[in-house]
Amino acid sequence: MKPMEAINDFVIKFANVNGSGSASANELFAKAILRMGVPVSPRNIFPSNIQGMPTWYEARVCEQGYSGRRGGVDMMVAMNPQTWDADVAEIAPGGYLFYDSTRPIPASKFRQDVSVIGVPLTEISNSAFTDPRQRQLFKNIIYVGALSVLLDVEAEVFETLFAEQYRGKEMLIDANVRALHLGRDYVKEHLQAPLGLRVRRADKVGEQIFTDGNSAIALGCVYGGATVAAWYPITPSSSVPEAFQKYCDKFRVDPDTGRSNFAIVQAEDELASIGMVLGAGWNGARAFTATSGPGISLMTEFIGLAYFAEIPVTIINVQRGGPSTGMPTRTQQSDLLSCAYASHGDTKHVLLFPEDPHECFEHAAAALDLADRLQTPIFLMTDLDIGMNQRLCKPFVWDDARTYDRGKVMTAEELEAGKDFGRYKDVDGDGIPWRTYPGTHPTKGSFFTRGTTRDPYARYSERGPDYIYNMERLCAKFRTAADLVPQPVLRSADQPTSLGVLYFGSTSPAMQEALDVLTASGIHIDALRLRAFPFPDSVERFIAAHELVFVVEQNRDAQMHVLLVNELGVDPARLIKVLHYDGTPITARFITEAIQKQLQGATALIKEAA
Amino acid sequence: MTYLAKPRLRHPTLTQNKVGYTRRDYEGRISTLCAGCGHDSISAAIIQACWELDIEPHRVAKLSGIGCSSKTPDYFLGASHGFNTVHGRMPSVLTGANLANRDLLYLGVSGDGDSASIGLGQFANAMRRGVRMAYIVENNGVYGLTKGQFSATADRGSRSKKGVINNDSPVDLVGLALQLGATYVARSFSGDKEQLVPLIKGAIGHGGAAFIDVISPCVTFNNHGGSTKSYDYVRQHNEAVSRIDFIPRHSEITAQYAPGEVIDVQQHDGSMLRLHKLHTDYDPTDRYAALSYMNARQERGEVVTGLLYLDPQATDLHLSLNTSDAPLNSLGPTALCPGSKALEKLNASLR
Repeated sequence: MKPMEAINDFVIKFANVNGSGSASANELFAKAILRMGVPVSPRNIFPSNIQGMPTWYEARVCEQGYSGRRGGVDMMVAMNPQTWDADVAEIAPGGYLFYDSTRPIPASKFRQDVSVIGVPLTEISNSAFTDPRQRQLFKNIIYVGALSVLLDVEAEVFETLFAEQYRGKEMLIDANVRALHLGRDYVKEHLQAPLGLRVRRADKVGEQIFTDGNSAIALGCVYGGATVAAWYPITPSSSVPEAFQKYCDKFRVDPDTGRSNFAIVQAEDELASIGMVLGAGWNGARAFTATSGPGISLMTEFIGLAYFAEIPVTIINVQRGGPSTGMPTRTQQSDLLSCAYASHGDTKHVLLFPEDPHECFEHAAAALDLADRLQTPIFLMTDLDIGMNQRLCKPFVWDDARTYDRGKVMTAEELEAGKDFGRYKDVDGDGIPWRTYPGTHPTKGSFFTRGTTRDPYARYSERGPDYIYNMERLCAKFRTAADLVPQPVLRSADQPTSLGVLYFGSTSPAMQEALDVLTASGIHIDALRLRAFPFPDSVERFIAAHELVFVVEQNRDAQMHVLLVNELGVDPARLIKVLHYDGTPITARFITEAIQKQLQGATALIKEAA
Repeated sequence: MTYLAKPRLRHPTLTQNKVGYTRRDYEGRISTLCAGCGHDSISAAIIQACWELDIEPHRVAKLSGIGCSSKTPDYFLGASHGFNTVHGRMPSVLTGANLANRDLLYLGVSGDGDSASIGLGQFANAMRRGVRMAYIVENNGVYGLTKGQFSATADRGSRSKKGVINNDSPVDLVGLALQLGATYVARSFSGDKEQLVPLIKGAIGHGGAAFIDVISPCVTFNNHGGSTKSYDYVRQHNEAVSRIDFIPRHSEITAQYAPGEVIDVQQHDGSMLRLHKLHTDYDPTDRYAALSYMNARQERGEVVTGLLYLDPQATDLHLSLNTSDAPLNSLGPTALCPGSKALEKLNASLR
């Protein structure tokens, strides 16, 4: 079979052993391609294990800038004997298999329809380095060097990256450069290069930054003024508070006193972490916790209290595969319902859906404002795909004139001036009451916060009318929230159409690509990217304006579909489910095929759409 | 309807403390607990302690969990913000509140069900973190609100009102607090105000995690012959290791004249605890000796009360975290936001 040929458009997958130091080598490889001006979107695929188990790094090189997972593998770097068979089987016909040829592998283990490239990586590394750990680590750099020649990536780019990464550590720079060239020299001497797949300099990266969602959220929390973070370790959210710690150490330590303008506590469990956030929010600090589905389950009692007692709380939910322990290292969007209606009784919570690290930053800061403004839990709903993978995105932006929206907080002066204070009284007609911070005034403005019902002046009450007033006001507040949350983003089709699609969060990159592919095939669809729950009126209008609306999401039970039907009263028949939930990030290919398949029976619509 | 407002009348001749408040200013709403409930005596002791300490009532944050005991913050310090959280989870909420504003005084009120069963983990972790607060457990060994089930502090062999014998070992919160690193550990009896008030004052002035276990009989469900948490039992088996006087900062320290050994211990805020040791071999600064002493006496059925352990050099969570002196809830964008230039630099590092 003819070997595959493609420039700046291929998928390469690295199959490694966890703990072998491959992660930094693979990231180096991706960064080098970015430095050549070609967009790359890598994804870590790792089972729920620690050391010695399989791990994969799949990088999509795409000059057009599509950063969703494409599907399929054009080149496999097979560095893990344990997963060899499955890895080899995954290569697309005409693709390439790169492997360590130090030890002979039976012919039966190869495929006839892929090009095989063997480099004796272990042998090269062992003869160049004596320390066992160095041999392992530099073997990774050697394969990066070999690939750089095969794929035509410039050596100078790597050398610059080494110099930046190991600034001040000349020994490390030299050793890495040496390893890189060991790989490069071997290929130049023994193999034909470059391959049919290759990289060519372009200018498609521009000012974009390359970062992951969890770090971006942490940074958003720093910029948004969070001072208290309480958390309990859980994949895939742990790197949020860890990055928050890193940024706080950098930005929030007073240079004069050496004291910290923040407090981070690793709590004993999720119950305590949300409890601390509640306490801090009640006492006027901006506070957040980060967790995943199982953590949300544990937090729900407190979430109900925060909702009912009206306490600002920001919860970052980096979703993973559920239910139960589910697929802890895989991605899903399957906590929508458990967050939207978390806790017993009638509750409704605000959810935000960032699409990439740029929005993770923006929405994190916005969540802190919204929590204070609305005095309620705000969920920032990301997932493993956004959270733990680096992605190209627009640079972060901050307006220095921006101040924090602390919401309706009555001051001592206002109390002193005789302003009526009823903690749970809707004085402005937006459902949001005024609050006071503890310690504000010697005689006025104190109140008792409790999870039991009360009258508008926070006095315990079991009277039905008091309860109903409160519950209706909470609904009014939720309606107010719909105008305050990030509004949906419309992408209109090139021509009028009766087809629409709703999507959100990490589905976005794959969706962008799918829409282009569908347009090219003559199917025109208006697309609305949801950015928050509650749904603003524009969502209802969008659905009303289209005959069929696809709802694309990454869970089994069509949870966004349920929310739309439940909250907007839409006829379920008009909303077509497109569901992907195997734990891998959704692909453009999947969306395209699902929509095309759905439309096969609806000829009239296709004609109309076309 | 369990909300009862207290009349706002104030007699003009009521004595004022140094910050201009009368004792009544430290009261809350009328208690809805059973007449004779030990918890009301504890509320009264808190009121007295705060009044005598010249604390401005609104500078106290009072937090509790769920249960009879956790209702009590409504019955004292009416001008303070109160927070009735969820069952057993007061310590974490208090921790967060404390992190947000280190300038307030934190009073955590809990019960034996709240702290020794569902909330045991949070109790333990708040103690080991050294959250600065006075944590008072109103311990009656029984669930009053749900009508008389044993709690985890009920002694093995004690009987419920219905005659059921408790076969489980008790959780000893004092022993746990000692082991976990609390730096002020005391036990008292709601019927002994003379002992309890100075203990509360000492706890409020303490610079770290202060814990007081107060045996507080439940008159309705646990004040009978088979109970080891009844008024009669505690009165008969009380074994006080010390009496304390609390001498506030700036007060004159009078000469020592009490019989037996007397130790003055300075708290972090300059106030003084004067310990009158009733047992001269008891050392309140030796954590492990205290534990051993208490266990030995407990084996004999005695309820050891008094200030059991004190570390005058106590530190707290804010010190561990090296947080700013200014309360975190008072900081604005200038202190918190690194600004656009820093962000541009950061963007550049991500290319």
